Amino acid sequence: MSSVVTSHDDHDEHHDHGPQKGFLRWIITTNHKDIGTLYLLFALTMFFVGGAMALVIRAELFEPGLQFVEPQFFNSMTTMHALIMVFGAVMPAFVGLANWQIPLMIGAPDMALPRMNNMSFWLLVAGALLLASTLFMEGGAPASGWTLYPPLVLQTGAALPFAIFSVHLLGVSSIMGAINVIATIMNMRAPGMTLMKMPLFVWTWLITAFLLIAIMPVFAGAVTMLLTDRFFGTSFFDAAGGGDPVLYQHIFWFFGHPEVYVMILPTFGVASTIIPVFARKPLFGYSSMVYATASIAFLSFIVWAHHMFTVGMPVGGELYFMYATMLIAIPTGVKVFNWTATMWKGAMTFETPMLFAVAFVVLFTLGGFTGLMMAIAPADFQYHDTYFIVAHFHYTLVPGSVFILMAAAYFWLPKWTGNMYDERLGKLHFWLSAFSVNVLFFPQHFLGLAGMPRRIPDYAVQFADWNMVSSIGAFVFGLSQLLFLYNVVKTIRGGTGEKVSDEVWEDAAKHGLEWTLPSPPPYHSFTTPPEKIPTEHL
Amino acid sequence: MNTLKYPLAYLSLVLVGLDTAHADYKLNLVKGVTGISHDIFSLHMLILWICVFIGIAVFGVMFYSIYHHRKSKGHVAAQFHESTKVEILWTIIPTLILVGMAIPATKTMLELDDVSAADMSIKVTGWQWKWEYEYLDNGVHFFSTLDEASNRARQLNSGIDPRSVPNYLLNVDNPLVIPTKKKIRFLFTSADVLHSWWVPDLGWKKDTVPGFINEAWTYVDEPGTYRGQCTELCGRDHGFMPIVVIALEQDEYDQWVAEQRAEAVQASEQAEQTWSVEDLIAEGEKVYSQNCATCHMADGSGIAGNFPAISNSAVVNGEIDAQIDLVYNGKGMMPAFGAMLSATDFAAVITYTRNALGNSVGDSVQPSTIKALSKDADNG
Repeated sequence: MSSVVTSHDDHDEHHDHGPQKGFLRWIITTNHKDIGTLYLLFALTMFFVGGAMALVIRAELFEPGLQFVEPQFFNSMTTMHALIMVFGAVMPAFVGLANWQIPLMIGAPDMALPRMNNMSFWLLVAGALLLASTLFMEGGAPASGWTLYPPLVLQTGAALPFAIFSVHLLGVSSIMGAINVIATIMNMRAPGMTLMKMPLFVWTWLITAFLLIAIMPVFAGAVTMLLTDRFFGTSFFDAAGGGDPVLYQHIFWFFGHPEVYVMILPTFGVASTIIPVFARKPLFGYSSMVYATASIAFLSFIVWAHHMFTVGMPVGGELYFMYATMLIAIPTGVKVFNWTATMWKGAMTFETPMLFAVAFVVLFTLGGFTGLMMAIAPADFQYHDTYFIVAHFHYTLVPGSVFILMAAAYFWLPKWTGNMYDERLGKLHFWLSAFSVNVLFFPQHFLGLAGMPRRIPDYAVQFADWNMVSSIGAFVFGLSQLLFLYNVVKTIRGGTGEKVSDEVWEDAAKHGLEWTLPSPPPYHSFTTPPEKIPTEHL
Repeated sequence: MNTLKYPLAYLSLVLVGLDTAHADYKLNLVKGVTGISHDIFSLHMLILWICVFIGIAVFGVMFYSIYHHRKSKGHVAAQFHESTKVEILWTIIPTLILVGMAIPATKTMLELDDVSAADMSIKVTGWQWKWEYEYLDNGVHFFSTLDEASNRARQLNSGIDPRSVPNYLLNVDNPLVIPTKKKIRFLFTSADVLHSWWVPDLGWKKDTVPGFINEAWTYVDEPGTYRGQCTELCGRDHGFMPIVVIALEQDEYDQWVAEQRAEAVQASEQAEQTWSVEDLIAEGEKVYSQNCATCHMADGSGIAGNFPAISNSAVVNGEIDAQIDLVYNGKGMMPAFGAMLSATDFAAVITYTRNALGNSVGDSVQPSTIKALSKDADNG
């Protein structure tokens, strides 16, 4: 019998083993938390790289006339800023959150496919480095906008094939990440956690993962056609050979529209997780939230040509895409109403995560309103490709997705590290960000309506004042993010010194499984399935 | 809308210490000068007010809640989490509002699309980075590029204050002239990449797609000058290909057409004359700065990797016929200037490049030679 006891002890020791020591831990890790951390740090780095590019753009636009950069380089900056923020910052940040949170939230020990998890992260790094390297190539980085429309994109210099291959790598990485999320959610939920008992963050990521698998191959196909048009004599997008440049736009936006929802659906999930905790109330309308998310995902596939109202479509097409696009307002409205109803008659406190989440609801809705305005096709004949659009999608992405990423970081960092962040600094970061983001983007509505096209390095003097205001907002916003960086680093290194409880936030354990584990959680999260599933959100 | 946006505007302005009292800030969409642009403006205001109204209602409830339902005020959280009645209500009401918006939007869309029964047609071709206008009914044909004053001021660190340039970046050498009170059909296409033709006062923009033709129409009531820009990223000088439309009363318009025709005849005669090399070089310098300098740079140094240098270029210093052929027919990103320049301008710029910008080949070409070339092309 004694031999059996010994072997049992060995087994326990096996369970307690921690991460590999030293630098190699971060290269070969298959642990969901390590990979989540890698994703998040990578995204944060790219957020600053893409942000620096945005500041180059705003510095040039501070005054009329060209002061700092050549127009071609300016175009490279707008293109690279967008590609890096979309594929390097926002998407990887949400994959990072998924890696950390999905196993914790569904009561699993790790992700279902840990080795693929590692591979998908390192492919992301390879893809991003390849993309960044195009900045130093002959002819400069791609300068045709992130949409890479032909024929302009085919005028790119040596960078074109590298940029295309980078898109392929980023796509493969995203698909792998998505497969992993689906496999984990479908197979590794704790007993008793039925689909309709999953936290909304898990739900929104499940739907997002299906979107990713559906659209990334489409984008890869589109850019591959660009590649063969340029190097192998095909003419998919060249009218002279029987092709059509507008075909590219249809394919691109069939990818592109769901893609923007890839960046916003997990955002909805995080907001639906944070608001109930600080309202001390269950989420209002859980099932309608799930159905609304699914409806938005479905609609995202059938509205793509609203990005192309002025491209010259038959009027029937214009009308169809207008009606379909307007429908999106309904499920999105349901979400905003649900968040408001969740706050209604709660007992709210406003720690930093809640501040960011509330600001998200308000400012994202502003972006939603302008989205509805642009859905009206005839009006879009004025709005299209102006700063009004720039203001619209930045409202949905910056005080939308990015604010929620900030909220998520403040919300879960204490859980992940066991240390409390500096609340005063967090609040300062919030107020500076919330103020400056509006100074940055609100005037862009005026600029667009007054007639300023997007993607121009210089402008007529009547646009000068609002551009200056916008640029000042940009620099304040950009610099405020250094506070966030400082606060995150400080928290990781011990924070305020106060050790947080398992729950971190008052009664948080009622809202999610992650709060039942110690802070920080053990390396392998739930080694045995949790016995009780929190149902507060139902 | 102004009531909602002004406080924020003032706030931002106070922040940077600007004086609001004297400034003429445009915050809203232009109303425009056509029936369509007015319809679009009313649509815009309708949706804007609906959004403002919904925003005030939803955010009003939210901020009331944020103010009153706080833990610090001793508020105890209610535990309700669904209400089928409310949820159905806030699905149906937005649906009805959307239907209300869709009806006028559909009407305007159908109107916008109806290019039938036009009085005249103008073909607009986008080029990197200029506009070509062809009046299909009377044969008037010209290119329209950024005016000289803006072009000088917009160079990197030009030292010229853009505020000292009238209509900076919104002025052209040859504006598009149209008659008032006529339904004008536009045909849009492109010679190279995508562009988009937008004059806010007309109410719409339309993309120009190489190999395809798009249509749009306008009907301007009042004479006036209306300015716009290219709105589809088309490369390096996307920000520098403005559009100027001048609407004239019918009789003034007819006079303008007559002048244009007379000028065309004159230019044709000019091309028959024999030009001195000095005159060609002097003329060529102007043509170069307007057509070539943006890519090949004012000093002919080009941009490494994108645009080859003119100075010491093998093409420019090689056989003159080969250079003429390349410039005439284009190659890769280089547009076919044969279609763009008059025979005189073409001969002048070829002669200029061969005898300036660090090159001294010493030969020249006469406009008549170029003119013969275009006849060959027409016959061939």
